Amino acid sequence: MFSRAYRTAITLPPLIWVTVFLVVPYALLLCYSFWSVSPSQVILHSWTLDNYRQLFEVNVYLQTLFRSMWIATRVTIFSLLLGYPLAYYLSFYAGRRKDLLYQLVIIPLWVSYLVRAYAWKTILGSDGVLNTLLQYVHLTSHPLEFLLYSPFAVVLTLTHIYTPFAFLPIYASLEHIPRNLVEASHDLGASPFQTFWRVIFPLSIPGVLAGATFAFVLSLGDFLAPLLLGGPSGIMISNIVVSLFGAAYNWPLGAAISFCMLALVLGLLFLSETLEKKWSFR
Amino acid sequence: MPAVRRASRPPFRDGGAEKKDNVATVSQPATSSATPSLPSPLLDIRNLAKSFGRNAVLRDISLQVAEGEFLTILGESGSGKTTLLRIVAGFETASSGEILMGGERLDHLPPYRRLVNTVFQHYALFPHLTVAENVGYGLKITGLPKPEVTTRVEQALDMVKMTAYAASKPSKISGGQQQRVALARALVNRPRLLLLDEPLSALDANLRRQMQVELKSLQREVGISFVFVTHDQEEAMVMSDRIALLRLGELEQVASPREIYRRPATAYTAQFIGHTNLLRGEVKDGVARCHSLSWRTGLRDGPGLFSLRPENIRLASGAAGSGSVRLRGRVLRQAFQGATELLQVECAEGLTLSIRTAGRENLPGEVDLEFSAADAVPVRESPERA
Repeated sequence: MFSRAYRTAITLPPLIWVTVFLVVPYALLLCYSFWSVSPSQVILHSWTLDNYRQLFEVNVYLQTLFRSMWIATRVTIFSLLLGYPLAYYLSFYAGRRKDLLYQLVIIPLWVSYLVRAYAWKTILGSDGVLNTLLQYVHLTSHPLEFLLYSPFAVVLTLTHIYTPFAFLPIYASLEHIPRNLVEASHDLGASPFQTFWRVIFPLSIPGVLAGATFAFVLSLGDFLAPLLLGGPSGIMISNIVVSLFGAAYNWPLGAAISFCMLALVLGLLFLSETLEKKWSFR
Repeated sequence: MPAVRRASRPPFRDGGAEKKDNVATVSQPATSSATPSLPSPLLDIRNLAKSFGRNAVLRDISLQVAEGEFLTILGESGSGKTTLLRIVAGFETASSGEILMGGERLDHLPPYRRLVNTVFQHYALFPHLTVAENVGYGLKITGLPKPEVTTRVEQALDMVKMTAYAASKPSKISGGQQQRVALARALVNRPRLLLLDEPLSALDANLRRQMQVELKSLQREVGISFVFVTHDQEEAMVMSDRIALLRLGELEQVASPREIYRRPATAYTAQFIGHTNLLRGEVKDGVARCHSLSWRTGLRDGPGLFSLRPENIRLASGAAGSGSVRLRGRVLRQAFQGATELLQVECAEGLTLSIRTAGRENLPGEVDLEFSAADAVPVRESPERA
């Protein structure tokens, strides 16, 4: 249909882009992960598996990785618990307010991540909005310390930030459910509750999986929220990678951790893709 | 709760004698003017109206459906036929009027409490369930024991000849097969009334004709009342016990196919169902005059409108019989249609008649024609509505 030259011309730019900005840097990073650093902080280009060994032998790395996954899991659960009812309401019951509400969900995405993270800082801090209010109504006598600089603060902030990402694919999948299926279900004697669990929810599972994947993968790799609100107990794996590439100046170890995370994320994406296929019926 | 409700349904196969009685009642001529002679109709729609905002979609619809009857709601797109069906199913609420089923109010119930099932236009099969699971959906919801669900699903699939596909997903079977599954899914619940919303419109012509016959015999077999919505007048004629013709949200005529064809009440009915010639004339002293033609009629003096079917006009031979009207005209066109030919004959300035005759080659330019005065059926004008 199109000439060969034309096809080449339209394929080339993205190909170059991907090569220069994805393949080459990742290949370099992969090389780094097998190199090492001398005590005098010179990168030695000799091949070794030491970095990967360290990752599994030094407790703090594995612990932090597990904590990150646990935080990401909680963020995913809360995002789904918030995002699903919202998407369901919007898709099935919002009527004319649908567009407005949809915009209200989307607009926070336009606000800088930093601003939203700092906003939580002013809310959760020891002289922040929440603590001041609690003391004002005499529910507490001292500022609650666990609110800020804790895994709690990180989970809360990440849930706030990534709920729209969970919401969007769920909403899309709900919108794609033909409404006559809902009518057919009612027609066959199923109450709205039964219809939800037997028809609507099963058909929205691909959206739920996509939303869960977004929320989990994005929050697993997040480093700003733990940096700003996590405190020492809320450190996540990306913070370690950042410091290894920065102050600690151990690029090989940082690269090795990054690749382990990449493998984890790719595995998750593959899993969710497989499950989504299993649950889509078109 | 729903289990109790569905359990109270009468089984549909044990009413043989009763069924025959009902069919007999149905086949009595019924016209739109006469309120039905049925003692208590299964479905009774009373003065139903529906408007969306300012747009009146249905106006003052009163219609009864007898036990075991096949009633077709026929109308063009925009006539409100689907809305009427959706109100009976419970997906829309009427603006005014009421619906009774078996003497009890139906319109207050949500759709999942009505002993009514629907076959949807695009089948609406659940894509995540197999054919058998689709058919068993309603039974499972009622909490019927599993072995019984299995048995009844098997029976229903057998009835529509889809047993071989029980384990398939709906996306893997053809449109005609989906149609059968949708039918089985509705009938397996033994509803008192089955609603069908243009269920055949997505099928190609051959399959469609085949399904018309199957659907009709299936309906006789199960003895459930069918309310069938279509825009296809031939389909309506083939299948129905009675046809309710809907036009711009109002019932034009409700009658058996033969009745509605032979004695159309209005000009619209006459034209929508089959072909017709509309003759507009003046009636004076029991004689209707239209151009040079005249015939005796029972109409009162004044303007009169008559429907004359093309097949009721014959090529004249011999002497004119009593009560027949003779005319002469020039053949404008002759269209071969297999068993018959359709002629366009100009009988006078501004009077061109369609005539259906048995196939005859090469008619002369001028022909003598005749029709019986009794075949010129007086019809009411169908006023234009905004």
